[in-house]
Amino acid sequence: MKRVRIARQINGWLFLLPAICFLTLFTYWPAAKTLVESFYSTARPRRPTHFIGVDQYRQLIDDPVFWQALMNNAWYALISIPVATGIALLMAIWVNDRIPGRALARMAYFTPTVLPMIAVANIWLFFYTPQYGLLEQALSLFGGPPHNWLGSSSSALAAVTIVAIWKEAGFFMIFYLAALQQISPSLAEAAALEGASRWHFFRRIQFPLLMPTTLFVLINAIINAFRTVDHIIVMTRGGPDNSTMLLLYYVYQVGFGFWDTGYAAALTMILLALLAAVSSVQYGWLDRRVHYQ
Amino acid sequence: MSALASRSPYAPKGGGLFAEVAASWLLAIFWILPLVYAVWTAFHPAEFSTRFAMDAPLTLDNFRRAWAAAPFARYFFNSVILVALVFGAQVILCTLAAYAFARHEFFGKGIAFALVLLQLMIMPDVLVVENYRTMSTLGILDSIPAIALPYVASAFGIFLLRQTFKTVPKELDDAARLEGASDFQVLLKVYVPLAKPVYVAYGLVSVSYHWNNFLWPLIVTNSVESRPATVGLQVFSSGDQGVDWAIISAATLMTSAPLLIAFLIFQRQFVQSFMRAGIR
Repeated sequence: MKRVRIARQINGWLFLLPAICFLTLFTYWPAAKTLVESFYSTARPRRPTHFIGVDQYRQLIDDPVFWQALMNNAWYALISIPVATGIALLMAIWVNDRIPGRALARMAYFTPTVLPMIAVANIWLFFYTPQYGLLEQALSLFGGPPHNWLGSSSSALAAVTIVAIWKEAGFFMIFYLAALQQISPSLAEAAALEGASRWHFFRRIQFPLLMPTTLFVLINAIINAFRTVDHIIVMTRGGPDNSTMLLLYYVYQVGFGFWDTGYAAALTMILLALLAAVSSVQYGWLDRRVHYQ
Repeated sequence: MSALASRSPYAPKGGGLFAEVAASWLLAIFWILPLVYAVWTAFHPAEFSTRFAMDAPLTLDNFRRAWAAAPFARYFFNSVILVALVFGAQVILCTLAAYAFARHEFFGKGIAFALVLLQLMIMPDVLVVENYRTMSTLGILDSIPAIALPYVASAFGIFLLRQTFKTVPKELDDAARLEGASDFQVLLKVYVPLAKPVYVAYGLVSVSYHWNNFLWPLIVTNSVESRPATVGLQVFSSGDQGVDWAIISAATLMTSAPLLIAFLIFQRQFVQSFMRAGIR
């Protein structure tokens, strides 16, 4: 019996080993290496890399582009996430009701989700084109003045934020839809017997019951806001005047445009710290779910 | 479910129903508009790209010209190889690891599981600079395996399959072992077949993620032989196409077509897969 147990122990490790190897090579090792690199200077042709302590981080504090990227990312997340989540909830409530054409509406809402972000960016790039784009044409019908949406620093961040909302709302909708369908119909009957209004039913019963879904959606949305920059590469390249510079795009620019890997490492550490802070909330939540099962 | 919803006392009636239908249709039209615009542009001659006339002739010419102007056939082939490679490797690695976590007791299991879940925070998408260096050291820059490798051990996949394996009745496991099946045979004969729907769901999520992935493939590839379709599209549309939107729209739709068509045909499976993969 004991031998069987030891065999199972060994088997457990053997089954786990391949995954752990790959995780080590492409997650733990690079993460640890990034931390170490952030304390070293970038190797230059006649100046090999050497330890410089927290100099990269000091440079970071003095770097206006870094602060702008951080602020842009914060605004981008702060606007796109509540709006996308709110629209997703509205969409889910609508398609959950038995209204005519709900299948078509659901399809229209969800379709942007299956498109590659780069395709989405191309489509919207055309949509936003000065003079010719559909948006400009529609606005000129109403006598609006011409405006270069992606080309002026006052509107570029808003323009890419709208793209993110368009791409993500349908994705979040399906989680709300699933959650709504799990709410017992007897709750609605009971609330109606008590004479609660539709709004009251939503506010006091549906919305609280959807809280776990909302938390899940919010955390995913925050993570996406920090790790997706495909549309920035296609639409604005961080410009004009860094007005659409997001953190990961800055990492990409510093790492592969300027080849300053030491500074890119310090920037990556900031990004990782932010993601870790967000994910630790999810982690605790996931952990609890695991526990109850 | 929908039959129950229709009997809900809060189902909209009369004017409320009309308002809700109107609003949901309006949003749907607004939502699909940018895509419809791209479809219009792609299927009409360039002079109608920004001019809407009912009698504008339909054409496939933009697709033909886009296809001829860049090696899209090769890009598609690369993408197919990439998603197959990623998903194939994910299935093997995640199945084994999930089985270990679900049905084995071993020293350090708790710590190992926490370490695996750590990847949900430290994602390959963010570690691009160091991973680029690793690929360079391995001498496999600009190759399809280089795009795939950082993603093959997926914490998400391990977690998803672990949860599924835990729902398999222990009696089935015991019965198979009594009949002399080895540890590995039990996995193949009992657990994997029962988890089939989860593999399908995971497959749809994984394939669409990696078909659509862009930043890492953009960084690590540099030639026609290894570029997936998304990077190919970017190289094509930012190249010397000028602003021929008709052709760029055609190329954009072409790149999205495999997933878009699959989604339109298997809508229910797609939605359920994304749901299943997200909620567990």
